[in-house]
Amino acid sequence: MSAIKIKDLTKKFGKFTAVDCINLEIKEGELFGLLGPNGAGKSTTLNMLATMMTPTSGSAMVNNMEISNQDSVRRSIGMVFQDPSLDDELTGKENLEFHGRMYHMQKNLRAKRIDEVLELVGLGDKAKFQIKTYSGGMKRRLEIARGLMHHPKILFLDEPTLGLDPQTRRGIWDYIQKLNKDEGLTIILTTHYMEEADYLCDRIAIIDHGKIIALDTPEMMKNEMGGDILKLETREPENLIKILTFDWIKQKNLFEGYLNVTVEDGGASIPNILNIASKAGIKIDSVQMIRPSLEDVFIHYTGRTIREQEADTADQMKKMMNQWGRK
Amino acid sequence: MFQDIYTIWLREMVKFVRARSRIVSSLAMPFIWLFILGFGFSSSITIPGLPYIGFLAPGIIGMIILFTSVFSGISVIYDRQFGFLKEILVAPVSRSSIVLGKTFGGATIGTINGLIVLGISSILGFTGFGIGTFLAISFMILIAISFVAMGLIIASRMKSMEGFQMIMSFLVMPIFLLSGALFPLSNVPDAMRVISYLDPLSYGIDGIRGSLVGITNTGLVIDFLVLFGIAVGLISVGTLMFKKSTQL
Repeated sequence: MSAIKIKDLTKKFGKFTAVDCINLEIKEGELFGLLGPNGAGKSTTLNMLATMMTPTSGSAMVNNMEISNQDSVRRSIGMVFQDPSLDDELTGKENLEFHGRMYHMQKNLRAKRIDEVLELVGLGDKAKFQIKTYSGGMKRRLEIARGLMHHPKILFLDEPTLGLDPQTRRGIWDYIQKLNKDEGLTIILTTHYMEEADYLCDRIAIIDHGKIIALDTPEMMKNEMGGDILKLETREPENLIKILTFDWIKQKNLFEGYLNVTVEDGGASIPNILNIASKAGIKIDSVQMIRPSLEDVFIHYTGRTIREQEADTADQMKKMMNQWGRK
Repeated sequence: MFQDIYTIWLREMVKFVRARSRIVSSLAMPFIWLFILGFGFSSSITIPGLPYIGFLAPGIIGMIILFTSVFSGISVIYDRQFGFLKEILVAPVSRSSIVLGKTFGGATIGTINGLIVLGISSILGFTGFGIGTFLAISFMILIAISFVAMGLIIASRMKSMEGFQMIMSFLVMPIFLLSGALFPLSNVPDAMRVISYLDPLSYGIDGIRGSLVGITNTGLVIDFLVLFGIAVGLISVGTLMFKKSTQL
């Protein structure tokens, strides 16, 4: 069963195409990531799926309902926005209470569910405090709790850890993973942090300039890159390069006195290479294994690092925001 | 629908009750107006058959309702800035319910403030209570609804609170001063009187005054019908503008 089915989805703001004819299917129970630089079209895609924006063209099914079916779709999803969306003057509990009422939850169910979700994100003891006393991480956790209040089938998280310190981010990751693994919730998140997508997601779609340019598991994406790189330190690299002529060595080159060989399975290849070298009487002083990162994957597909990309899209973002402001 | 309107109304109430210091400071102004103008002008302005405080009090009641209601409507800008509006917009709730909830919330606060000012003026010597009080309250509610809706309309065009001072100077203050809150409209130059008749607050204050002390310019029936029409019109426009400003 698919939780999300997107067909030719497009969103234009004036002349700027934020989302360009995207096709995508996300399975139930998946933890799916939309990865890309700021302004790539991730949030716009998410907002269209959450029925906050109407697509310029194309269609999408969320929990087997067309997104034009606003109210039904909304009832079946939870949304955590990129920017804070809590009422600072209300307490944590009052914010959840408001949410429960807006989703027509009965009083008893509301009270029970508030306790449950607060427990889930570890904020039970803070429920009676006003939001303005919360830290950034606590606000994020409460927003996640709020998104879960009405038992949604899919939870959308727009940049869930943006602006949080590393330790808090780790905590949020744990909650997200717990929700997905223990409760079987389908989670779709956007992020421009490589390590976040890598650590959390079952599958990733890399989005750039409104288009999906790669779609796979993080592992497969990294394998696409040709596997692991072994950085070998030896006094006679020229001799070593001559004897390492096997099918499983995909690439080898000398770089700054080190011999870099690319192999599919780095861990299993290290003892092999050490054996071969010692039989030939070549001493290897050190071995370093480098796994390709998603950053490498991103460079591979776009020819640029994600940071260069962001500087580039900043202008387009500004244009888009102006368009928003004028509406 | 009703549940959604109630939910949004309830939030306004919780926030109103919580901000007690704000209530006190917002009521200090009408008190000062009543006190200084009431005693200051009482000897130089004569209204036949009425002490000046009796004329002034309905005007100041109208003033406080005008100010608090416009502000309530404009406060949607804060909701937008602090992100809470998104939480409301993503819920399975119609835009009309949101506008009505906001309007009734602001109108309740405005009317409560109006009643408090009525209480204050009785301390300062205002005597005009009776059956008319209930009629006066219905005028207060209509004034409040109209101006919350006007605030919502402004908020759907204005993206930050920076422009608030300008709205106060060029819209809210003229509405107040031209409404006949401080002086009778019967003796002003014709041009000014025409503008005053375009001012929704004129009918509201005339209605309150007519209900409480029996002096009216346009007559209670006309006051009520005109103000009722304005309230319905502003809510409709407000709903349309709100829908438009949140459609992406």
